[in-house]
Amino acid sequence: MSGFTFTIDGAEISAEEGQTIMEAADAAGVYIPRLCDHEGLRHQGGCRVCTVKANGRSASSCTEPAAPGLAVESETPHINKLRRDLVEMLFHEGNHLCPICEASGNCELQAMAYRLDMTEPTKFPYLEPCRAVDASHPDIALDTNRCISCGRCIRASQDVDGKGIFGYVGRGIHRHVAVNAPALSDTDATVADFAISPEVCPVGCIIRKRQGFERPIGEREFDKAVIGAEIERKRDE
Amino acid sequence: MAEPRLIEISPVTRVEGHGKVTIHLDAAGEVDEARLHIVEFRGFERFIRGRLLWEVPVIVQRLCGICPVSHHLAAAKAMDMIVGVDALPPTAEKMRRLMHYGQVMQSHVLHFFHLAAPDLLFGFDAAPERRNIFEVLKDQPELGRRAIAMRRFGQEIIEATAGKKIHGTGAIPGGINRNLPLETRDALLAQMEDMEAWSMDALALARDYTLEHAGIIGSFAAFGSNYMSLVREEDGALDLYHGALRALTSTGEPIFDKLDYTRYAEKLIEDVRPWSYMKFPYIKTLGSERGWYRVGPLARMNTVDFIDTPKAEAARQELRDITAGRPQHAILANHWARMVEVVHCIEKVRELLNDPDLQGTDLVAKGERRREGIGVIEAPRGNLIHHYEVDENDQVTYCNLIVSTTHNNEGLNRAVKDVAVSHLSGRREITEGMLNHVEVAVRAYDPCLSCATHALGQMPLRVELYDAEGGLVAERIRDH
Repeated sequence: MSGFTFTIDGAEISAEEGQTIMEAADAAGVYIPRLCDHEGLRHQGGCRVCTVKANGRSASSCTEPAAPGLAVESETPHINKLRRDLVEMLFHEGNHLCPICEASGNCELQAMAYRLDMTEPTKFPYLEPCRAVDASHPDIALDTNRCISCGRCIRASQDVDGKGIFGYVGRGIHRHVAVNAPALSDTDATVADFAISPEVCPVGCIIRKRQGFERPIGEREFDKAVIGAEIERKRDE
Repeated sequence: MAEPRLIEISPVTRVEGHGKVTIHLDAAGEVDEARLHIVEFRGFERFIRGRLLWEVPVIVQRLCGICPVSHHLAAAKAMDMIVGVDALPPTAEKMRRLMHYGQVMQSHVLHFFHLAAPDLLFGFDAAPERRNIFEVLKDQPELGRRAIAMRRFGQEIIEATAGKKIHGTGAIPGGINRNLPLETRDALLAQMEDMEAWSMDALALARDYTLEHAGIIGSFAAFGSNYMSLVREEDGALDLYHGALRALTSTGEPIFDKLDYTRYAEKLIEDVRPWSYMKFPYIKTLGSERGWYRVGPLARMNTVDFIDTPKAEAARQELRDITAGRPQHAILANHWARMVEVVHCIEKVRELLNDPDLQGTDLVAKGERRREGIGVIEAPRGNLIHHYEVDENDQVTYCNLIVSTTHNNEGLNRAVKDVAVSHLSGRREITEGMLNHVEVAVRAYDPCLSCATHALGQMPLRVELYDAEGGLVAERIRDH
C-alpha cells in the first residue's frame, strides 16, 4: 500500500491509505483532542471534540480518512473554542463535581477542560440531572450523573467483551447509556470485562467499588502530564 | 415613656459561617431575650444518602474550609468501622494523627491571630476599621508574619498527608493512601525549631493577656456549665484523635466517663428550636435545662487528667492553677487553652516526624463489613461526631453529624445573653463597641456556623435590637 502525505496546521504528516486523520496524526505525534475515541475500539465520531477542518470543511478526525494533499486545520483559536464549548456543554449536562469525584485527576473530561483552558463555566445553564446511583453489583457501581454518552463502554462491551451489557436508550436529548437489565447486578458484568476497565470510561461513571481514593492526589494520570502528552512525546522521540 | 427596642447584629464577623444576633430590650431598656441565630442551611446529612461509602470522607469534609481535616478524619473513622477495621496499621494511624495535629494547629493559629487578636490587641471598643488582621500586621508585623508562617506550616503538614492543603484525600476506609517521603519529612523537620519557639511565644501572649485582664475575663460571660470531650481511654490524657467520651459537671464531678463513643446516642440527644438551623444537644439524664454542655479547647483543659507532652502539660497546669484545679469557666480563657493545644500539636508533630513508622508501606487494613459506623474526633472547636449507616450495596442510608459548634449552641446563646445583659441593659444609646462585646463572646468559642448547620454560603453576621412589640430598633450589619 502506498504512503502519502498531507498537512495538519501546515506540518507535513505521513499517512498510509485507510488511515483516518487522527490515526495518522497520532502516529506522527500530533495530538488532536478527543473523548469518545479510544485505542482498541472502533471509531464513532460522536463527541465531535476531534473536529478539524479538512480542506475547509468540518469533519470528525477520528472517522475522516486521511487523503493525499489534504490541508487539515486543528489547533486554531476558532476550532479550540468550538471544542471548549462542546466540553463545557458536557459539564453542564451532567453532575461533574470534580472536588468530590473519585475520577478527578484520572478524568479525561476534566483533563480536556484543562487542556482547552476551560477553567470555569461561562455560558450554559446546568441541567443538574438526578439519576440514582446503581450500586447493586458487588464490585462495580454506575453513577450515570457523570456519563458523557461517549459510548466507549457500549463498543467495548459489544465488540471486545461480546456481551452487549451497555447500550443507548431514549431519543434526542433524552438519550442516555443504560444496561441491558433492570440493574447492573442482573447483568453478567464482571471486573474482568474490558468495558469495566478504568481506561474505557473516561469519567467517573463506571466505578470499581472500594478503590476510589486509593491513588493519592499528585500521583494520578493527569496530575503528571496534560492529556495527549503521551502522543505528543512521539514527536520528540 | 421609652419604647421597647430590638438590636440586630448582622452579620457576626470574624467567625466561620453566617449568623446574626438579636437582642430584645423591654420598655425599661433591660435585655429581655438575646439569641444567636444561625441562618444557613446546607443539608449534608440528607444529600450524602445514596452516595458510596468510600466517597464519604471526601464529600463531607466540604462542610468546612477551615477544619475539613476534622470532618475528613471523623468520617474516615466511621468508615473504618463500616469496613470492619478496628485497628489501623501504625503508618495509617500515625499519618492521620500527623494530619490532625497540623489541622488543629493551623486552625487555632488562624482563630487566635487572624480572628481574635484584633479584639485582644486593640481592645473590644477599638474603632471597627482597626479590628482586623491587616491592622495587626501593621501594628506588630513580626507577630503577624509568624502567625501566617505558623498557619502555613500546619497547611504544609496537611498537604504532606492528604495531598492538598484544603480538601485532600489522604484518609480512606481502613487506612491512608500514602506514607511520608523522607524528603518531605526533612523539609518539615527543618521548620520545627521556629515553630516550637513561636508556639511558646504565642502561648505566652495568650497567657499574659489572660492574666493581665483577669478582672474583665473573670466576669465576661464566665458562667459554669458541663463539659465534654474525648480523653485517652486508658489514662485520661488529652487525645485529639481518638479516645472515650468523658463529661464533667461545672464543679468537675463526673457525669459519664470511659464511654465508648459509639454509644454516644445513649447519653446525648438533640433539641430543635424554631428560630435556628442549629440544634441544641444535651445530656439525656440531666434534661435540656441542666444537661447542656460545652466542648472545645477550654472544655478539654477541664476534662483531661493531663497532657502527654511536657511543655503543653506545664502550660495546662498553669492554666488550671488559676482555678485551683477546678474547671475554668471564663470563655476568654479559651484563647489560652487554644495556645496550650498549639504547643501540644507542635510537640506531637516533632514526635511523629521522628517516627520511622511514617515511612511504612502497610497502609490499609481490611475487615468484615458492618452496616453502621461512628467516628468521633476532637476537632479544633471541640468534639465532633459522625454517624452513618451503609447498606449492602455500599450506599449511605443514614447520616447524623454533631459538630463542635452545635455542642456549644446553648453556651453560645447564654454567652450572648450574659454579655448583652451586662453591657447593653439600661443603656439608651447602643454603640458599635458595646455590640462588639457580644461578638467577642461569640468569637471566643471560635464557632464554625457553616459546619454547625452543615450550611453553604458567605459568613456575615448581624445584630438586631427589637422592642417589646417586636419592632426593629437598631441593627448593625457587616458583610465581611
